[in-house]
Amino acid sequence: MKSGSNLEKVLTSGQFAVTAECGPPKGTSAEVVKRKGEMLKSCCDALNVTDNQTAIVRMSSISGCVLLKGLGVDPVMQMVVRDRNRIAIQSDILGAVALGIRNMLCLSGDHQKFGNHPSAKGVYDIDSIQLIQIVKRMRDEKKFLNGEDISGEVPLFIGAAANPFADPFEFRVRRLAKKIKAGVDFIQTQAIFDVERFSRWMAMARDEGLHEKAYILAGVIPIKSAGMARYMASNVAGITVPKEIVSRMAGAKDAKEEGIKIALEIIEQVRAIKGVHGVHIMAVAWEDIVPVIVERAGLMPRPRL
Amino acid sequence: MIVAERKPIKEIISMINGLRKILVLGCKGCVTVCSAGGEREVEILATIIRMDRKKKGEPVEVMERTLVRQCDPEYLDLLSDSIGQFDAVLSMACGVGVNFLADRYPKTVALPALNTKFYGVAEEQGVWSERCAGCGDCILNLTGGLCPVARCSKGLFNGPCGGSVNGKCEISPDIPCVWQLIYDRLKGLNQLDKLDEVLPVKDWGVSPHGGPRKIVREDLKI
Repeated sequence: MKSGSNLEKVLTSGQFAVTAECGPPKGTSAEVVKRKGEMLKSCCDALNVTDNQTAIVRMSSISGCVLLKGLGVDPVMQMVVRDRNRIAIQSDILGAVALGIRNMLCLSGDHQKFGNHPSAKGVYDIDSIQLIQIVKRMRDEKKFLNGEDISGEVPLFIGAAANPFADPFEFRVRRLAKKIKAGVDFIQTQAIFDVERFSRWMAMARDEGLHEKAYILAGVIPIKSAGMARYMASNVAGITVPKEIVSRMAGAKDAKEEGIKIALEIIEQVRAIKGVHGVHIMAVAWEDIVPVIVERAGLMPRPRL
Repeated sequence: MIVAERKPIKEIISMINGLRKILVLGCKGCVTVCSAGGEREVEILATIIRMDRKKKGEPVEVMERTLVRQCDPEYLDLLSDSIGQFDAVLSMACGVGVNFLADRYPKTVALPALNTKFYGVAEEQGVWSERCAGCGDCILNLTGGLCPVARCSKGLFNGPCGGSVNGKCEISPDIPCVWQLIYDRLKGLNQLDKLDEVLPVKDWGVSPHGGPRKIVREDLKI
């Protein structure tokens, strides 16, 4: 075991994993995090806590993770390179491990221009692939980036994102390969609506044997309304929503039920793709639907290892 | 070249508020080429200032002068006899010129009339864009001659990120994704395997983050 996290145990035992996302509040309430944690803890193997997602200031991922840990949830600390340099990143990793965090997702982060402090200075001292290398070295060699020794273990299960829907498409699998070469253990993909493109990407990944070198969790976003479908189709860079899904949502009498059905169909389809090791459900501002989806997808109960 | 743009007139007017004798000082270097601070722009700005003061009934004496460069002592020193008479020098050079003016004339008020933007190219008449960030350690040999430090919004070394769509950057459809351009170029050059290597973390110690930089060439010193 690299970290001994629940997520690592579920994945290495060969079971189909379920992770979900917990967005921390724009405020100081521990209760908000705990409420989400209580709601989601029995239906997923680990919970990601986002790191100032879309560059909007929120409670830090590290503190959200600690609050979840207190509930018995296995947290995934997300970390973007937008806001921290190599000094702060390594320092936060030491602190996170000391606080019991065992999973970490290495990300570039949405550009600060999207957020609520668009005039902020972006750090980008290192990039997400270099971050993976740094964490791997900290864990496997107990060394900082500069080669100095770390006292103590750094048991982290290292994750990264992959987006099969960004361009250039042909490069997307090479980029996945780079992340795996850098040392990633698991991948959580961008939300999948275009299953056909995702399965082409997975086929290319299998051709390179990448599905055997990292656990790939397919990203799913349940759509709550026709407006949300339209918004994501036209305004979110790197998310592809096929017209058919937009029109299904627009024509539905019960939009929420239709959104659940679409999510369930996508889960069923991606489960059938060889090399997909789990799903990552990102129910933005609709966390309470996650237990319903996991139950109806036949993924309950979650393994207790 | 260094590309600059004149500050909004209102800002310049408020900067010189109350000053009676001003030298508007142009530069025949980069800012002439990018039509921001050459002889012509000096004349226009001086005229605007005179008109503004006339309208307000506040007298002002505005002199105009344009040096070959403001970043070389041999040209800046040409001002030494006359500079004492001005309440301020409004420099239409890039920030380098304003700094050097301030360095060499401790008793002179040095004001910037331009916003210095970037090291860039003239894409076409009236359009300039950034190409280099002056980071101090060039890696263009690894990226097909196109710079991710200057031209990727996140300065990624192992891009493109997940926000690259249809060749555009996630922050604006007007910004090309340089990593798409790098990919296309290396593909055309049959060098795509270069992208399989993870580029190592950068030494920012030789960039502005390492403190103000200086080059000393002993072989050239007199």
